[in-house]
Amino acid sequence: MSTQPQSSLRSVSGAARTKAIAFRIAMLLCLMASALVLGLLIFDVLGDGLPKLNSALVSNFPSSQSARAGLQPALFGTIWIIGVCLVFIVPVGVATAVYLEEYADSSKWWNRLIEVNIQNLAAIPSIVYGILGLAFLVRGPVSLGRVVLAGGLTLGLLVLPVVIISGREAIRAVPPSIREGSMALGATQWQTIWKQVLPASIPGVATGVILALSRAIGETAPLIVVGAATFITFNPGGLVGDSAGFSALPIQIYSWISQPQDEFKQLAAAGIVLLLGVLVIMNGAAIYLRNRYENKW
Amino acid sequence: MVTFDDDMEPDPVSDQTNVHSIDPETPAPPRRPGRAAVSVSAGLSGTANPLSTKPVFSIEELGVRYGGKPAVQDVSFDLHEHEITAFIGPSGCGKSTILRCLNRMNDLVSGAQVEGTIRYHGQDLYAPKVDAVEVRKRIGMVFQKPNPFPKSIYDNIAFGPKVLGMKGDMDEIVEDALRRAVLWDEVKDRLKSNAFGMSGGQQQRLCIARCLAVNPDVILMDEPCSALDPISTGKIEDLMTELKSQYSIVIVTHNMQQAARISDRTAFFIVDLMAGENSRIGRLVEYDATDKIFTVPSDQRTEDYVTGKVG
Repeated sequence: MSTQPQSSLRSVSGAARTKAIAFRIAMLLCLMASALVLGLLIFDVLGDGLPKLNSALVSNFPSSQSARAGLQPALFGTIWIIGVCLVFIVPVGVATAVYLEEYADSSKWWNRLIEVNIQNLAAIPSIVYGILGLAFLVRGPVSLGRVVLAGGLTLGLLVLPVVIISGREAIRAVPPSIREGSMALGATQWQTIWKQVLPASIPGVATGVILALSRAIGETAPLIVVGAATFITFNPGGLVGDSAGFSALPIQIYSWISQPQDEFKQLAAAGIVLLLGVLVIMNGAAIYLRNRYENKW
Repeated sequence: MVTFDDDMEPDPVSDQTNVHSIDPETPAPPRRPGRAAVSVSAGLSGTANPLSTKPVFSIEELGVRYGGKPAVQDVSFDLHEHEITAFIGPSGCGKSTILRCLNRMNDLVSGAQVEGTIRYHGQDLYAPKVDAVEVRKRIGMVFQKPNPFPKSIYDNIAFGPKVLGMKGDMDEIVEDALRRAVLWDEVKDRLKSNAFGMSGGQQQRLCIARCLAVNPDVILMDEPCSALDPISTGKIEDLMTELKSQYSIVIVTHNMQQAARISDRTAFFIVDLMAGENSRIGRLVEYDATDKIFTVPSDQRTEDYVTGKVG
């Protein structure tokens, strides 16, 4: 039997309350710090780039005269590279994730080694991937030259770990009861994965792919190393070959910013706004997919 | 020592230990106070259905180990065709483990090892050349928690026949399965809507329909009603009684009234804690006609369990 009177429930002490409030404010400040920086950046580039943010920006080719300069080849180059990247990372990334989640016996050392390596690959600086692309794809054994395919594959290698890790999470989120239900009907493991597990994990996989691509789209360093052109007067005309030279949005922005004239700096700002716009759309699509198609188990 | 209130005259039924020789003419055993629902329905099932003698499964010396530790030992009994067999017993006694041996679902659990033999219509289920996928086509399973696929009602049913490459009009197969699971009238207007929009009881009947669509021979049910309300439970029990003429059904249940209401035979398992420290081994105590298990069990532990003295 309880002997404690009800009034003995202690009220929160003043010191504890102050601490809680102080902690809240500290967290809010941390949030403000990142939001503020982004806000300032957008405000700044919008102020600089607005005069140049028009249809001429995307319809013109680079030029030494700022009035006629545009970034169409860079925009097309980015689209080509991201396309190659997508075609490469989806099958390879998803297959790897399926293997690691559904087939690999994690008590075997080689599977654990693969897992640790994938985690590590995600943390390797992008310039290292650029050097790998240069030595292995552009020159060396594959010798593609400085072409769209080499650029896309290099970026694909760079973001592959992101796709694998998010793909594994999406596959792991499919409850075991779905697999059991499928197997109990006499479906094979492959049928279960292909017709139940993968369809159920599509939203998660797609979110990971989009986030990976939006990282790839902003990468500059590896593209410089694999030979993206800073001044180019034609759109990419294929994956490999003489017409497959390419530029990319961040490369174009980088090259304009290093020009001394103010007009080029405005062009660069307009390019940044365009790039940010593309990123917002991609991330928005990822969030939409996640919320719209996420399975409530 | 039996501790019922009424007199304990020697009962001719309790002397019969051979399950195969149960005579349908045997008068219903005297009713006992306490579990009214149990004894009433047990009496009914005892006189209405002569028990079949054709075994579907012959289990001999079955043992299961998880990671080397024994979970079930020395289980031997036969399960019969066109009957509902109930497995009862306290938690951890290995009921579900044994059930999962019958369609080789334990193969999917890493570290699970099955010893002894299980014959399915005379064939060794665990013979090296037997394909577990083939086994599961014949022996369907319904799980404790309804687990519909995240697809439409139609696709939930059609999945099994599609992956098994069954021939025929898929619409007919789906309708037939839903009708047999007595679900058709409730869902015929929304076959294309997601199965997650159904109630728990409907979801479980959908899982049963899904299982029926691939025409199994046996249906294993692992506590199929434990997540359902009494009305849904009643519907599933009616369904099982109806399905019995075409299928052999094995059900694991914690609900003894349920076992008494619907099953023809009951197997009672216990956890053997005597086997040593940190080890819980499931053993079969008694297996007999359901009315016998619930009225005149031959083992004291069964009697204590079904009358609610332990467990």
